[in-house]
Amino acid sequence: MNIKNKIAERVKEVPPSGIRKFFDIANEMEGVISLGVGEPDFVTPWNVREACIYSLEKGMTYYTSNWGIFELRKAISSYLSQRFGVDYNPKNEIVVTVGASEAIDLALRAILNPGDEVLIPDPSYVAYMPCVRFCGGKAVAVECRVEDEFRITPENLRKYITPKTKALILPYPNNPTGGIMTREDLEAIADVLRETDILVISDEIYAELTYERKHTSITNIPGMKERTILINGFSKAFAMTGWRLGYAAGHVDLIGAMVKIHQYTTLCAPIMAQVAALEALNKGFEDGFASVEYMVRQYNMRRKVIVNGFREIGMDCFEPMGAFYVFPSIKKTGMSSEEFCERLLMDQKVAVVPGTAFGSSGEGFIRCSYAYSIDNINEAIKRIRNFLKRI
Amino acid sequence: MTNAILEILSEDSRRTPEEIAVMLDADLEDIRQKIKELENNKVIVKYNTIVNWDKIHREYVIAFIEVKVTPQRDLGFDAIAERIYRFPEVKSVYLMSGDYDLAVMVEGRTMKEVAFFVAEKLAVLDSVVSTTTHFVLKQYKIDGVVLEGEEKDHRQVIVP
Repeated sequence: MNIKNKIAERVKEVPPSGIRKFFDIANEMEGVISLGVGEPDFVTPWNVREACIYSLEKGMTYYTSNWGIFELRKAISSYLSQRFGVDYNPKNEIVVTVGASEAIDLALRAILNPGDEVLIPDPSYVAYMPCVRFCGGKAVAVECRVEDEFRITPENLRKYITPKTKALILPYPNNPTGGIMTREDLEAIADVLRETDILVISDEIYAELTYERKHTSITNIPGMKERTILINGFSKAFAMTGWRLGYAAGHVDLIGAMVKIHQYTTLCAPIMAQVAALEALNKGFEDGFASVEYMVRQYNMRRKVIVNGFREIGMDCFEPMGAFYVFPSIKKTGMSSEEFCERLLMDQKVAVVPGTAFGSSGEGFIRCSYAYSIDNINEAIKRIRNFLKRI
Repeated sequence: MTNAILEILSEDSRRTPEEIAVMLDADLEDIRQKIKELENNKVIVKYNTIVNWDKIHREYVIAFIEVKVTPQRDLGFDAIAERIYRFPEVKSVYLMSGDYDLAVMVEGRTMKEVAFFVAEKLAVLDSVVSTTTHFVLKQYKIDGVVLEGEEKDHRQVIVP
């Protein structure tokens, strides 16, 4: 029996990550200074961990409602209202998921018929394209440019809309570029969307991590809330990546369809993670989200250090206003992104991620995370300076 | 800006004004000026190093001593506190609510040395009514810093 032939076409046709090999080398190398990680270096605050331990001691080890613990949904509803000015009914407009990743998958599976097109900004997070294709949809890359600070512009958006376009994925603040969409930027694309019936999947996992201005959710733009599935989670803002806890909020019919899939495939998010997330929110309501604000202040200082560092060694680097990534250009070196990253790793043991991992528009760029200590960032910059001198 | 500077320096007092200026996106001269001011006003009291002495096997002991005293007319607890904190063996002194009045932290080379200090210097003071000495067996955390088993970076080197 040829087992390979048994794999579904949809799965087979998604290319394996081309840089997987490079990742494996980096992950196994000794003495590597990394700027390669897409997760906070902060450990989950102790009060949150402690709440989880206590829940286990009390024996809270059972299933929850498919939608998630009602108390948690109420807290998420208040949180979204308080922090981003959007209101969702905790009864039937919010579902708690296994990470924002599951929410993305559910959203796509709930809306896509085979052949439906989904617009995805390029470059952006690696999972959107495969998830669309696993649903039999067609992923359409919307090329974003450094001149626009990797925003989606209305002109650009129009170019890619066809009668088959079902949805737009809107991942801002953006991984890997650190770009954001301001209220004005969102209004401009909302004007285009209003002429259509395209849905929006707004992945706002980095919403808390913006600098010098607050994040605006597209659900805040008149007429956009109804067509939008808002996705967020606890990984980035509360340093809870390994807990795998996210959520989606949206129109009752959209969320209802997502819950239908979720209840048969996942049943519910793990109760211990839900209890911990509830503690994270409750503490935040008490102290005005002091630990979030603290992390944002730390990231902001590191952001200044890394942007300044790259500019000092002569690399072009636009100032990212969100997430914890910078996306400097390496075009001057004449190398491809992958070649640059491989040689940098071999030569100086610095791990960064080639822009092309996030789509073809990432060619000529590298993604550097600043979820690291300032000493770590300074050391990495020093080594990159050495590398640039030698090539 | 003052709070931001203090937050940075209390985390790592070796951060240079140049580094701080980049971190806060501020003018270097302003930062220098501000730090000078904070030093002059004794907001920044001292730049200290947290040492884990256990690691170099230096012989020393720390004791917490509960001291009950009779407050003095007009002077309250301040005069007796001063009598006590002037001894170089005394590392810190706090006025407390509850069962006793002053919490005194004393450092010495041996338990005997500390015990003699208490018997000969502290207990004999006129206002001191009684003392109870507790020796420290192990330090886990000092000034917000965990001394052993610090948390390592367990993350993968690359995660998209």
